[in-house]
This record gives sequence, structure tokens and C-alpha cells, in this order.
Amino acid sequence: MSEDVITKKFMYVNRKSPYGTIYALEALEVVLITAAFDQDVSLTFIDDGVYQLMKDQKTEGIGMKNFSSTYSALGDYEIKKIFIDKESLEERGLSLSDLQELVWEDEDEDYVEKNSINLVSRSELSEIMNKQDVVLSF
Amino acid sequence: MNMLHTVNKSPFENYTVSSCISMCAKDSSILFIEDGVISVMKSTKFSEIIESALKNFKVYALKPDLDARGLSLNNVIEGVEIVGYEEFVDLTTEHDSVQSWL
Repeated sequence: MSEDVITKKFMYVNRKSPYGTIYALEALEVVLITAAFDQDVSLTFIDDGVYQLMKDQKTEGIGMKNFSSTYSALGDYEIKKIFIDKESLEERGLSLSDLQELVWEDEDEDYVEKNSINLVSRSELSEIMNKQDVVLSF
Repeated sequence: MNMLHTVNKSPFENYTVSSCISMCAKDSSILFIEDGVISVMKSTKFSEIIESALKNFKVYALKPDLDARGLSLNNVIEGVEIVGYEEFVDLTTEHDSVQSWL
């Protein structure tokens, strides 16, 4: 029997603000599970999903768990492809500097930290999405 | 009669904010909570709607919900009053009734 592992391209599409619904947190949990199975995983943040990566989230006042720091662990799970929709940022008056930085360590280059975030247009995103085997929307 | 309207949805998600404002009567107030607080941020696609609502109504936003989402108070539209849970309670008692838009 061959033990070849089948690797598929998984894209997680995040479209909701972090605390108003449970979607953002649940998506993050599922992403980490998939990553553990050595799949080709990418994350996309569009529409209100871009708010998930906002810096300086302070949730003490609403009594909910602040899971924003978990995104910085994605690199350790070999998740190196984070796509952020440019138009979604613009219509919210936001720029990349409002979002946290996400990196991964390249073991082939003495663990140098590399940027995981790619700012993309809708048309670029459309192309990338079209190449996926599985797209899961949250 | 004066009514307190609360809105808990992002303006990007559906038409709640526009519907609410269009049905607000004189002397009404609007309080943005949960994802609704996104509505009161400067430089968004919906900032103008709030800016014009401010001419006719009092507009409030709940600070704990802004803080949770990393939305800086410096970027809140001028004229919007930032309130905490205690003022939220005061607002509900000061108005004759509360309409919670869902």
C-alpha cells in the first residue's frame, strides 16, 4: 500500500467581525486543525473579516476571550499565506498599519522571519480562490 | 415620546443602520453596540450616514465594544458620544421606550 499523503489546497474565507458572532473564533479553530493534517492552507480576510486582525483588541470590557493573539501562531503551523482584500480595507478607512503583522520562520534560511500577509485586489483574490480544491466560508 | 434605538449589526452586513435612521422620530437617540459600533468610525463607506444623522439625533457608541474590536476612540466621528454600560442603563431609563434593532 502506498502511503502517499494527499495534499489539497484549502482556503478559509473570513468575512465577519470578531466578537459579534462566533464565526471568527470557530474558523480559527478549524484552520489550526486542518494545518495539523499537513494540508496547503491559506486564509483570506474580506469584508468585515478584516476587523479580525485589528491591533490593540481589548476584550476585558465585554467579558469575552481575546483570541487576536492566536493569529500570530499561524506561522508556527506552517500557514504562510494570508490574503487581505485591499478594497475591504479601503471602504472601512483602514490600512495594513491598522492590522497586526503576521510572519512565518523559514527553516531553509536560518529561521529568518518572513511576512505572511499579502494585500490583494478583488480580481487577484478571485484568481487565487479559483485555484483552490476546498473553500470554506466563515 | 422619545425612543432609544439600539443597533448591534455592522453597517456593512445589512441595512439595519439605514432602516433605523430612516425610522427615527424627533427626540430619538441611537446607541450603537456590539458590531454596530463599526458604524461610528470615521472614513468608512457609511460615515456620511452617521454624520447626517447627528444633525437630528443624539448618537452614542458603547466603549467596551469599540475597545474589543481595536477601534480607536480617536477615529470615532465627532459628535458621537462614547458611553459605558452604566450610561447604557441611564439611557434606557431616560427614554420612554427602547427599540432593539436586530
